[in-house]
Amino acid sequence: MIDILNLEKSFRKVKVLKDINISFNAGQVVSVIGPNAAGKTTLIKCLLGMVIPDKGVVLFDGKDIRNDDNYRKHIGYMPQIGHYPDNMKVGQLFKMIKDIRNISIADCIDEELIDAFHLRNIFHKAMRTLSGGTRQKVSAALAFLFCPRVLILDEPTAGLDPESAETLKSKIISAREEGKLILITSHIMSEVAELADSVLSLQEGRIIFYKPVTEILSEMQEERFSKAIVKLINQYQHAENC
Amino acid sequence: MLKIAKYTVYDIARNKIILSYAIFLLVISLSLFMLDNDPSRSLSSLMSVMLIVIPLVGIIFSTIFIYNNSEFIELLVAQPVKRSYILLADYLGVAGSLSLAYLIGMALPVTIYAPGTTGLYLIVTGIALTFIFTSIAFFCAVISRDKARGIGMALLLWFFFSVVYDGLLMGFLFLFNDYPLEKPVLFFTMFNPIDLARITVMMKMDIAALMGYTGAVYRDFFGTSIGMVFTLILLAIWAVIPLIIAVQIFRKKDL
Repeated sequence: MIDILNLEKSFRKVKVLKDINISFNAGQVVSVIGPNAAGKTTLIKCLLGMVIPDKGVVLFDGKDIRNDDNYRKHIGYMPQIGHYPDNMKVGQLFKMIKDIRNISIADCIDEELIDAFHLRNIFHKAMRTLSGGTRQKVSAALAFLFCPRVLILDEPTAGLDPESAETLKSKIISAREEGKLILITSHIMSEVAELADSVLSLQEGRIIFYKPVTEILSEMQEERFSKAIVKLINQYQHAENC
Repeated sequence: MLKIAKYTVYDIARNKIILSYAIFLLVISLSLFMLDNDPSRSLSSLMSVMLIVIPLVGIIFSTIFIYNNSEFIELLVAQPVKRSYILLADYLGVAGSLSLAYLIGMALPVTIYAPGTTGLYLIVTGIALTFIFTSIAFFCAVISRDKARGIGMALLLWFFFSVVYDGLLMGFLFLFNDYPLEKPVLFFTMFNPIDLARITVMMKMDIAALMGYTGAVYRDFFGTSIGMVFTLILLAIWAVIPLIIAVQIFRKKDL
């Protein structure tokens, strides 16, 4: 569904992404992991066309995303830190996005998260008065709102209370069962083990490995996923140093 | 695109700056018309005020607006909307709101107290200047990521067009005063939208007679209907070019 070919990006002199080649298919839940500043968010922003790559192409359904804006209607994006117009009220925000997307009655609208997070109770509040966690809830509800085929979630549960995090996770699992492509960046390994079926590891802008979770567990002969991941990463680093 | 412009206008309408701008212009125009019995004299004072205030407010307000609106832009670029539409819609929203404030604050009193061609020219050039300086502001805001630098650049450009440019032109005239300079001066005024606006309005006023030989050359050129069309086209170019450059840069910008 999404193919990335020879993607490169640098900000001034710092190379953030180095020769990324990867494909994601429908029905996959890919977890993008890596230390801070590994290039996870930049990779995601390249997929969304928010960051323009220096080299390489991103194909969505086989079509180059440059000079195309329509493909974004198939993507629901939840940013790491959601920035919203300060003066806008929560309800107005949802209404505006629907209006700009030209939603007709025939289109699918998924307001399950709005209800699950009780966002209707705060529809009259201005965005600037919301706490970080509540903003995250708004971002999540927006990402799922239009039943997109692809979900891109940048650290979705960071900052959410445990109950809301569970709600969001079960929503992600049900989206997985519907056969959607889901990309998640996360630092919480238990979450990765719970949600993802493949892991993409980035380090300093390079792909270290891209493997199914089951394969990682069996190769490392570990029961616990977090241990297996650490072991695997160490192995690759060791190989690089030799 | 118009939908996005609509939301931009909503956002602008919510902050009080644009309203205070309209009231400020209204107070100035009304007091100038009431202080003097001769509306044509008030009109020339109004022109001087207009030529300073409109570019300044237009450029500063628009630059600050875009920086403050970055969240809105960030939200929209992840949606299936063309990037160029986002910026153009913002432009229409900002320039439209500023023009509306100008129409209420200055055009309305002018049509009441001093109806006629001179007043009409004042109104038209005022709107043209609003669109031009909003366009320059968009250019400044798009090319620099840093808010302070962007606003500083906008201020510098305003200062250049309203003060420095004329100073340089005077220096040039002084240096070469042995030569016939009417034609070159005519040429150089095209590179400053404020000068263009000033001359366009002044040609319709009686004071044009006081401008001597240069005034006569101006009148020969700007006074005719062809000259008029020409100035309007020039003003339009001044509004369009910075905006086009801004859109081009914005399309390739990392957000």
